[in-house]
Amino acid sequence: MITFDDVTKQYEGGTRPALKNVTVQIDKGEFVFLVGQSGSGKSTFTRLILREYRPTKGTVYVLGKDLDTLHSWKVPALRRQIGTVFQDFRLLPGKTVHQNVAFALQVIGRPTREIKQVVPEVLETVGLSGKGHRLPEELSGGEQQRVAIARAYVNKPKILIADEPTGNLDPATSVGIMKLLDRINRTGTTVIMATHDATIVDQMRRRVIELDAGQLVRDQSKGVYGSA
Amino acid sequence: MRHTLRETWSGLTRNAAMTVAVVVTIWVSLTLFGLGLLINKQVDLLKDRWYDQIEISVFLCVKDSTSGNCEPGQDVTQSQKDAIKKALEANPEVEKVMFESKEEAYRDFQETYKDSPIADDLTVDQMQESYRIKLKDPEQYQGVVTEAMGLPGVQNVQDMHTVLDRIFAGLNALKWGTVAMSVALLVAAWVQISNTIRIAAFARRRELGIMRLVGASNTYIMLPFLLESLVAGVLGAVFASATLLGLHHLVITRNLEVSMQALRWLERGDVLVVVGWVALTAIALSIVPTLIATKRYLKV
Repeated sequence: MITFDDVTKQYEGGTRPALKNVTVQIDKGEFVFLVGQSGSGKSTFTRLILREYRPTKGTVYVLGKDLDTLHSWKVPALRRQIGTVFQDFRLLPGKTVHQNVAFALQVIGRPTREIKQVVPEVLETVGLSGKGHRLPEELSGGEQQRVAIARAYVNKPKILIADEPTGNLDPATSVGIMKLLDRINRTGTTVIMATHDATIVDQMRRRVIELDAGQLVRDQSKGVYGSA
Repeated sequence: MRHTLRETWSGLTRNAAMTVAVVVTIWVSLTLFGLGLLINKQVDLLKDRWYDQIEISVFLCVKDSTSGNCEPGQDVTQSQKDAIKKALEANPEVEKVMFESKEEAYRDFQETYKDSPIADDLTVDQMQESYRIKLKDPEQYQGVVTEAMGLPGVQNVQDMHTVLDRIFAGLNALKWGTVAMSVALLVAAWVQISNTIRIAAFARRRELGIMRLVGASNTYIMLPFLLESLVAGVLGAVFASATLLGLHHLVITRNLEVSMQALRWLERGDVLVVVGWVALTAIALSIVPTLIATKRYLKV
């Protein structure tokens, strides 16, 4: 599903590579924690999957495609199969919950009839039925993140990337978000979650990939946060 | 499609002041651009007509002549006259050489100055004989003038080019001045359009970021910006075309054409050709900088 083959990414002006000789494979339906300190290369890892950048060396394959040779006009088609969630939610403040989720479908040209049907369904999935008409500012942090997850998931992506999705949330709320991500994972969606949250990683006991200064230092199934 | 049109409309109205500024800049720059083209065409028309009619006059010596290649106190001799005629006719630039006698010159003079007291004092004998030269190419006159000036028995060479050249130098300056100003304004319009796109892209950066993230196509992201510029460009072109047609009607159809009928003036058809160019320029001017700006600021 996702393969990094000896991938090095050196940013222009960077003193050391953000990623160095990373080789790893993530299969369909896996739930993977990406751990490591700030600056260890977690964000670079997820951005390479989204083809926001190209690697300096090595090759990234996503959904059977070599991203190095992928035409830039095909990148939107790739991103339609990858949902993304961020620490800061990134909702559009002027739009209601319903509109925020519908926006993701509108801009890829889905018919209005389909949008009207699918959006309430996905809002129910994330536990926000009845809140479609609210504005993001009227919601709690956890609810806002659920909207963001709904937006990422509404197009039924094959991969869901979550970059510190619980970073701004209290532990109790985080548990709810993790349950949601787990449910999504059980539908067959591959979930890759970058996180600092040791408690969550230790509770979930899923595959853990640890990066340190751009290098892959640990790849452990049913792992914990700290290297044991 | 509905979303695209709505975005275009909201882009135009959200920043109405900016839209107005862009339209006005395009309007003025395209008007000047069109004026430059029209002046160019009009100058050509005048040149054709005026240069076509002018002749070079080679005045021959009389007893009183003191200047030129004249023997003091002597008329030009017959052999000199023959030599001059032969030399002029041999010049490859010359189409025709005609002789004007003293009598003809006198008649012409009396005709031209019939109400003036000067005419009464002149006698036929005081008039000068001359050769009138018609050129093959009215613009190539220097060689003939220089040659005639050097021939014995020639008192003076008069040619209208010296006058016309000064007039056309003025008209050319006007033409190039208009073109230069229009180029400066077209550059300004270009920069303004790029800048407007940049500001619009910045104002919508959240939405654009999410559109990229969820996989909206590049065309879909770019189209509202493109349509926005196109609307501004087309409005500017329409105003510029109306201005040009209006100016043509006021200045030429209602004034110059009436008061100076002998000359050829620009017709409406000529203006319509220029309007076509203005329209093409407007489309290029709105689309090209937008494509470049979106590439740069939308990272599509």
